[in-house]
Formats: sequence, C-alpha cells, structure tokens
Amino acid sequence: MAEAKGPAERPLSPHLTIYRPMLTMMMSIVHRITGASLYVGSLLLAWWLLAAASGPNAYATFQSAASSFIGRVVLFGYTWALIHHMLGGLRHLIWDTGHGFGAAEREWLARANLVGSIVLTIILWIVGGYLMGGLR
Amino acid sequence: MSPPPSSMRTPLSRVRGYGSAKSGTEHFIQQRLTAIANIPLTIAAMLIVISLIGRNHAAVAQILGSTPVAIIMLLFIISTFYHMKIGMQVIIEDYVHEERAKYALLVLNTFFAIAAGFSSIYAILKLSFGV
Repeated sequence: MAEAKGPAERPLSPHLTIYRPMLTMMMSIVHRITGASLYVGSLLLAWWLLAAASGPNAYATFQSAASSFIGRVVLFGYTWALIHHMLGGLRHLIWDTGHGFGAAEREWLARANLVGSIVLTIILWIVGGYLMGGLR
Repeated sequence: MSPPPSSMRTPLSRVRGYGSAKSGTEHFIQQRLTAIANIPLTIAAMLIVISLIGRNHAAVAQILGSTPVAIIMLLFIISTFYHMKIGMQVIIEDYVHEERAKYALLVLNTFFAIAAGFSSIYAILKLSFGV
C-alpha cells in the first residue's frame, strides 16, 4: 500500500525506536535475519549437491572448503540459523492456532527457541564430529 | 499513483468499492503450508547430511542418488526454496519502497530461487539417473 499516499502527511504509529528491547522482539528480528541468512546459505546446499553430481574432484574441492576453519564457522552458523528458524517457525505455527500469546507463554517460547537452537546445534556438531573420524 | 493535487476525494473514497485484490492470503497460506512441510523434510535432510559427513565421493553420490534419499531431498529442495522465495519477497516488500528497486529485487529474488533450486534438483536427478 506504499502508493496510496494521500495529500495530507499523517503521523506514523510508534515504531522500533521508542520501544525498550525485549526478548520476544529480538527473537522476531532474529527469525527474519536467520531466514535471510538461510537464503544465502542455500548456495552452499546447491554447491554441495552439484559437487557431488560433478565428480570426485569437484567434491574434494567442496570438502576441503567445508572442512577449513572458515568453512566450519560458516557451516556452524548455517546449522544454528536453520535450527533457530525451524524452532521459530514452530513457534509461529503455534501462534497461528491462537495459542501461546500470554505473557508467560511468550517468554517461555522465546527462551525455549533460543536455548533449544543452541543446544541442538551443539549436539548435532558433536555427532557430526564423531562421524567425521569414523566413516569412509 | 498519487492523485492530482486538485482532487477533493480522500484516499479511502478512491479505493472504496475496489474490494481486495483477491489474492491477499495466497502467499500467507503457502508460507505456512511449506513451513509445515519443511519441518519433517529439514529434519530428514539434516539426518541425511549427518550420515554423509566424512564419507568419500563415491559413497555420497551413491547414497544421494538412491531412491528414498533422492525423493526426500527433492521434496526438501522444492519446499524450502519456495518457502525461501516467498519469505525474501516479504522482506523486500517490507523494506524497499522505491518502485524500480523493489521490482528489480523481486525479479532477482524469483530468478535466484529458481536458478539455485533447479540446480539442486538437477544435481539430485543426475545422481539418481547416473548420467
């Protein structure tokens, strides 16, 4: 509705700048940031699959990039963003049913989302690190 | 779209009677539908990725190309890339108000999602059919 500007300049409703930061607000922003990050990260998925489809040399290039220090940091961030966005999405699906809007529930869901995403990411990386040594 | 300065009509009276654009909830519903699908598909895809960590190329190519894994990965790619395309569209529409930049970014968004999505789909199909 950006084009529907009338001749009169009407006041805007209060926006981000006047509110004290709150956990639920920050989680909403992070949900959007992780979504946008996963958008860019989809290139990594495409790269991985295309490398596997292209042959051993292309796959070796991907593997060396993915197992480098920067590669691991990026993939760790990608894992966390994916899990955080998924748990945040679950929260939104709960809200879509009309539940979870109470003050205590909101706070609980926000904390569960944040803590859950960090714990699950670390668990996945421990499992991944264990498999890294074992399989061929 | 701004009215001539001489217009005495209010913005409300100009749009009254046009009704909705008849497609306002389409993306909202598709965003939720793909979100629901993404949960089991992402968990499955993460398990597949974890099971492939540290394996050599031959093993990865064989497992990714096997029928159940390939089907799960294809569904995962279609659902997530569509979800991603709608999500980025919302972000662009929220923050980019200059018309030309907005439409340019919306076009690029669609191109990116389709190009990256179909490249991923092509890779899975190539591994499956072994060509």
